[in-house]
Amino acid sequence: MTLVVVLAIAAALLIVSALSLALLGTALGRILVYGISLTLAGIGLAAALGALIGQVPTETLTLPLGLPWIGAHFRLDALSAFFLVVVNLGGGAASLYALGFGRHETAPQRVLPFYPLFLAGMTLVVIADDAFTFLFSWEFMSLSSWALVMAHDHVRENLRAGYVYLVMASFGTLALLIAFGLLAGPDGAYAFDAIRNSQVAPGLVPLVLILVLIGSGSKAGLVPLHAWLPLAHPAAPSHVSGLLSGVMTKVAVYAFARIVFDLLGDPAWWWSMVVLALAGITCVMGVLYALMQHDLKRLLAYHTVENIGIIFIGLGLALGFQAYGLGWAAALAFTAALLHVLNHSLFKHLLFLGSGAVLTATGERNMEHLGGLIHRMPLTAFTFLVGCVAISALPPLNGFVSEWLTFQAILQSPQLPSWGLKFLIPAVGSLLALSAALAAACFVKAFGITFLGRPRTEAARRAHETDAFSLTSMFTLATLCLIAGILPGYFIDALAPVAKSMVGESMPLQHGVPFLSIVPIAEGRSSYNGLLVFLFMVVSGVAAAIVIHRFASDRIRRGPAWDCGYPDPSTQTQYTSSSFAQPIRRVFGTLVFRASEQVDMPPPGDQRPARLVVRLTDTIWDALYEPIAVVVGTIADRLNRLQYLSIRHYLGFVFVSLVGLLLVLAIWP
Amino acid sequence: MTTTLAVQAAQMLLVLGLAPLLVGFVRKVKARLLRRQGPPLIQPYRDLIRLLRKDLVLATSASWLFRAIPYLIFAATWVAAALVPTFATGLMFSWSADLIVIIALLGLARFFLALAGLDVGTSFGGIGSSREVMIASLAEPAMLMIVFTLALAAGSTQLSTMAEYLASGEAGLRFSLGLALIALIIVAIAENARIPVDNPATHLELTMVHEAMVLEYSGRHLALIDLSAELKLLLYVSLIACLFMPWGIAAPDAGLEALLIGVIAYIAKLTAVGFLLAVFETSIAKMRVFRVPEFLGVALMLALLATLLLFVSRSL
Repeated sequence: MTLVVVLAIAAALLIVSALSLALLGTALGRILVYGISLTLAGIGLAAALGALIGQVPTETLTLPLGLPWIGAHFRLDALSAFFLVVVNLGGGAASLYALGFGRHETAPQRVLPFYPLFLAGMTLVVIADDAFTFLFSWEFMSLSSWALVMAHDHVRENLRAGYVYLVMASFGTLALLIAFGLLAGPDGAYAFDAIRNSQVAPGLVPLVLILVLIGSGSKAGLVPLHAWLPLAHPAAPSHVSGLLSGVMTKVAVYAFARIVFDLLGDPAWWWSMVVLALAGITCVMGVLYALMQHDLKRLLAYHTVENIGIIFIGLGLALGFQAYGLGWAAALAFTAALLHVLNHSLFKHLLFLGSGAVLTATGERNMEHLGGLIHRMPLTAFTFLVGCVAISALPPLNGFVSEWLTFQAILQSPQLPSWGLKFLIPAVGSLLALSAALAAACFVKAFGITFLGRPRTEAARRAHETDAFSLTSMFTLATLCLIAGILPGYFIDALAPVAKSMVGESMPLQHGVPFLSIVPIAEGRSSYNGLLVFLFMVVSGVAAAIVIHRFASDRIRRGPAWDCGYPDPSTQTQYTSSSFAQPIRRVFGTLVFRASEQVDMPPPGDQRPARLVVRLTDTIWDALYEPIAVVVGTIADRLNRLQYLSIRHYLGFVFVSLVGLLLVLAIWP
Repeated sequence: MTTTLAVQAAQMLLVLGLAPLLVGFVRKVKARLLRRQGPPLIQPYRDLIRLLRKDLVLATSASWLFRAIPYLIFAATWVAAALVPTFATGLMFSWSADLIVIIALLGLARFFLALAGLDVGTSFGGIGSSREVMIASLAEPAMLMIVFTLALAAGSTQLSTMAEYLASGEAGLRFSLGLALIALIIVAIAENARIPVDNPATHLELTMVHEAMVLEYSGRHLALIDLSAELKLLLYVSLIACLFMPWGIAAPDAGLEALLIGVIAYIAKLTAVGFLLAVFETSIAKMRVFRVPEFLGVALMLALLATLLLFVSRSL
């Protein structure tokens, strides 16, 4: 039943897209598209939650669509239901936000038709149950999101973003296509059920794993396949950026989980090695890149890369534990990863929506031109702050819970017999710890430079609070961040059937634990009570305030800043985003980005201003993408000659290739 | 039940009451080592009371967040300090937060302190914040790796369980724990802005970190921030004491006598660590700020090595 509802929602979204074409350019069109999307997302959320929490048995459905001899298979199990929750929650929040935000859209005709298509694409990916439907929906999702990335095509940067995204997305789909080809075997069993029951030849398993990592990793943003992400995510309108970063990357995680945990068979220990190594590097590189940015939306996009790393660390650990039959530990790591999927979709979405509010209010994405927005947009600032605390993995909000669970999973890994994993996991653990600390630095910078201090430009000085729809959406997400942080037990319990279906076991049920604590393994090992920590903090903070206001002086005088006696009225003397990152750039950046600083000081008497030039090199782009681009370009140049031949030559080519193919067929054993 | 509650309450008030005294003691010893008379032991209390009586002077560009932050920092630090066993293990609420949570609560306090440095929009605040997050970006992972080491040795991330395990003598002398202790001392020095990382006594130097961030605070806000810093120092000393000097700490359901011994032992440990801190600070010069990452890098490497050793064998 739920599956039918979900399919109906997808169909309705397609109809909305068609409808929006008829109403282009009118306010009605906007309200209709976002209003209906919001309603549909609400229904989808309720249905998916019902299926997940009610532990509805797996539903399947075959429709006579797609390839004639296969049909389109759909299936809703616990994993799909969980990701449907993520998709619909994100879709709902984005639609609600866009009801207000969409008013400022300069090119609605390039956003409205594609927005419902994008939501429908993501919905279909997570319920697809055969390779063709999966790849079709995947490509549908990619192309509709590409159209949204290209919505503001008058900006030169966005053109490049769209181009790189299109290339990377096609490359990723190609990898998945080959992976499914290998999984389906020579008989072409493309239904997931058939793949599940067949065994891939052992020699092909490494190839499939690598292809899946490339396919889903390039969509999720695993380093070094992340290159398109920080270009494309910020280019789209902000609510779509939120969907791209908060939800579409999660659909890619779904693809990985579905193929590797469900379809590929029993894991071997080295799968875990590959995934963990990539994930650890992704974590630290993502956050270091993010720290170097001064474009707010790009900073958020790079930071998504870090969080994808955290999620993949959880998945990698789960693979390792599963390979050695430690089901309970695998369930812990897998649940931690899924919880982080949900948490990240909440706070990253919230932060992107906040950046959208800033963008509407000031027309600026560059943090160096902002500042002091907390005075003009206090509510947006508050929700953004909640998002920053949550994403920095600080208690009592939700980001902390999933990282805490990941740490607990890491602490179980000495039980693994493999020496490779024994040495790799502590290193990955330290990378995770490092990235957590750097994330806090990154969001001190993001919030501090954008919202605190004094306004650096006239635009920031004249900012205004955003509209009620956007605020409702942001406050909803912020509240969810708090709820997931202080009552994580319910969320862990809701994930139990997912872990059960994917890794065979689930974490111990948390609802029986007294005082709503969470106990991942046993009380003596570790426990955490977010609610109590939150209450303690509230009580001690309020107590301190009461005592101080009762007994201490409560007078306030306003005056100019002290600044060691030399306050400078110019707002240019404040720390900027670049100067804030300077110590970290110097400590980490010299190694990772070959960062160099050059002071250009004019000689005495010269009137020109002194300059500080900072050079950063994107090592991954230079080492990996540049050579490939050069090789492809060279080959294309050479092959260019083929386009200016006479018809005789072309006929000759056709003849030669025909003979060649026939020869191959004749010789083939 | 009532005993544990009483112990928990006593501990919460004890840390609050003792924190300024510890700072006063360290200052006194430092002064005596430099052949100065030094301020009286209770000077930090007097400073706090004086600050509380004074008017608050708020910069015109300060926001509501700036005024909320002292309370937030105080709350986070106090909750964290109340969860570290001082004179007795088995605190009432120790199950609500393990050592990772305690570290994260301190991280929360630091997050807001760094934001406070940026709020007024002065260059001093910015320099303090940016350096603080740089130091934290190395100190925090080092601390987490220390937690890993202890958790792997004790089989638990609960601080009470760890303390009981290390007190039981079952742990014995271990190489990994030795490495963890050195790393913990380095982290504690950096986290508390002590020499050689930062100088708690300076107010007008470009090298300062903590004092630069709180430069714009005055009156009751500054009192809260100072008290939080003092609590943090006490927290780290208590942490070192309960993990690496577990002698005399009272068991969960000990009698009054054992609790009394616990309190005396705790004060003796505070005195010893405070004295060592003062001696260390007097005998070393402050580092340049970009030497600090190397100093903390040592802690990170030692802690990682300790964790690796325990991954190889639980008996190392």
